[in-house]
Amino acid sequence: MSEGVQARPQTSSLAMLRTLGGIAMISGFLVVLVFQWTKPIIAENKRIAIEKAVFRVVPNAVSRRDFILAPEGLSPVGKKAKGETVYAAYNAKGELQGVALETVATGYQDVIRILYGYDPQCECVTGIKVLKMTETPGLGDKIAYDPDFLKNFHGLDGKLSADKSGLAHPIAAVKHGSKSEPWQIDSISGATISSKAIGRMINASGQRMFPLIQRYLSGFRPPVTVAAQGGEPPGSDLQ
Amino acid sequence: MTTVLHKQEQVTLDTFLRGIWEENPVFVMLLGMCPVLAVTNSTLNAIAMGLATLFVLVASGTLVSLLRKMIPREVRIATYIIIIATFVTMVDYTIQAISLDLYNSLGAFIQLIVVNCVILGRAEAYASRQRVGAAVVNALGMGVGFTLALLCLGTVRELLGAGTILGYPIFSPNFEPWVVMILPPGGFFVLGGWLLLFEWIKQRRERRTLQAQGATAHGS
Repeated sequence: MSEGVQARPQTSSLAMLRTLGGIAMISGFLVVLVFQWTKPIIAENKRIAIEKAVFRVVPNAVSRRDFILAPEGLSPVGKKAKGETVYAAYNAKGELQGVALETVATGYQDVIRILYGYDPQCECVTGIKVLKMTETPGLGDKIAYDPDFLKNFHGLDGKLSADKSGLAHPIAAVKHGSKSEPWQIDSISGATISSKAIGRMINASGQRMFPLIQRYLSGFRPPVTVAAQGGEPPGSDLQ
Repeated sequence: MTTVLHKQEQVTLDTFLRGIWEENPVFVMLLGMCPVLAVTNSTLNAIAMGLATLFVLVASGTLVSLLRKMIPREVRIATYIIIIATFVTMVDYTIQAISLDLYNSLGAFIQLIVVNCVILGRAEAYASRQRVGAAVVNALGMGVGFTLALLCLGTVRELLGAGTILGYPIFSPNFEPWVVMILPPGGFFVLGGWLLLFEWIKQRRERRTLQAQGATAHGS
């Protein structure tokens, strides 16, 4: 190789610039083309994925509306408000069934991201769905599908404290088989770190969000309840 | 030494088949081990990764071969990487459009196709020196060889590690999956097993031809 390089006349900078510039332009064109083509499809896929997850964690839900919830108040998605996105889910009659929230915590290997449902009536968690994780297959990843573990979240106690500033009892994962209170989560044996991460993230999110949900509960009432009385089919203007 | 001196290869069946058997990127050249070990924990992941790599190989091989006379030597690697990265980005968006679940299970390894040495190796050693036809056929062969190799690993690992193939249960419910097979060590075990098998087949075949030719023909 080295002899070849010495014998070769120097390539002009212009030729190099021309080649790299040209290739970069072709590259940019192709990427933009594919990006534009796939953008609506990917957005639709994401919407369907969120919808599926929301309907899984809130029982009997058939429609949903997205809100931004912050200590200052509740506003529909789209207005430039700061806060956390919450998904309000309604049943076929247009009544609020529950609110789905996203939360994250560090698991055994990387961040675990879940969506969980909260029922403001019973002040309890109604279900969880793992959105993203890299937990160990066969051990930590059981948090996503182990039926006994998921049963923990059917009616997990999330009652507010007397001054309504946080939870009356912090939600936490306890050692496998030692669950004694309705606000405790029975860990999976062999996956304590992953189980505890779930407990920690629901507790952190619950301490912050449950009081806000209760405070602004009336804001979640969909306009459709009024419309439904007027004879319009329920859920028609819900997304 | 230079591109001019390289013999232009005639496109034959061998141009295609070489990548599958004789020069299989995984089992013979041991290239691109990162995705081979990382994403072959299920058959579906293996197929998706193999097809994504196949597409990038063929597309980048075509473009590199088309532009081979215009690319100055000094910037050739940079040019190849831009070309490869372009097609990888296209694959990345396309997989997101096809299935978000698949995209999530492949994780960062889609983007990492950019640094897969099978692809850069093909661009440098073959596509930049051969006509488009030969480059495409050779890339196809390599891509199919790579996909088959991933499939070999993915099927065995999913079967032993989860008791399923493509999600369908194969064994009776009493089968206790060997979880280690879908964990990183399982990748090494299964790869080792396949390499052993292929080496054994190769040696046996060589012995057979030797015997058939007689000892005098040896050494040619």
